[in-house]
Amino acid sequence: MNIIKTQNGENLTVKVEGRLDTVTAPQLDSELKASIEGIKTLTLDFSALEYISSAGLRVLLSMQKLMNKQGEMIVKGSSAAILEIFEVTGFIDLLNIE
Amino acid sequence: MKELIVKATDEELDNVIAFVTGQLEAVDCSMKAQMQIEVAVEELFVNIAHYAYTPDIGEAAIQTEITADTAEITFIDSGVHYDPLAKPDPDVTLSAEERQIGGLGIYMVKKSMDDMRYEYKDGRNILTITKKL
Repeated sequence: MNIIKTQNGENLTVKVEGRLDTVTAPQLDSELKASIEGIKTLTLDFSALEYISSAGLRVLLSMQKLMNKQGEMIVKGSSAAILEIFEVTGFIDLLNIE
Repeated sequence: MKELIVKATDEELDNVIAFVTGQLEAVDCSMKAQMQIEVAVEELFVNIAHYAYTPDIGEAAIQTEITADTAEITFIDSGVHYDPLAKPDPDVTLSAEERQIGGLGIYMVKKSMDDMRYEYKDGRNILTITKKL
């Protein structure tokens, strides 16, 4: 997994490339938590995300809760296969998906 | 039938996934089915790694029967008696604030596989998933 961060004032875009699984999810979790201070809009760019398991969903859920308190979180660029996982798990309704 | 026996630890996850995906690619499995199977394999193997032998480390066996029509994958461990199918499904309609963290992995497996069978036999948990390809 690669994490590419672009910050523009209070907007942070984080592009996640590769696999978000049991092994890599803790890295994304700590990277995001260390980066969101003062951020109003967190955009997760999943256009190069190939795979997500429940470990990745847990990170999204905990980040959504944190961002609800200070602004908004947007998830964009997800593939059809990843959107289907959001659908099955109800994440399609609790995330802001573009 | 092919079999892989590994230590049930997160460090072995990539090996377990590679063992299964290699066989799926050999039968030209669709990308969608392959991702669903990879997720199922990860969730079930990681469950064994996290809960079966805690705080010790034990072994897990992954047996595969993969043809152009069907993928059948069996997970065997000798850890604590645990039937993942007995667990109630999480409520997937709740908001972010109300959501519980647990149970999502097994739920994803149940939803994406065509069949899931659990058996406890001779001190071993035997869980088999089947997916039509």
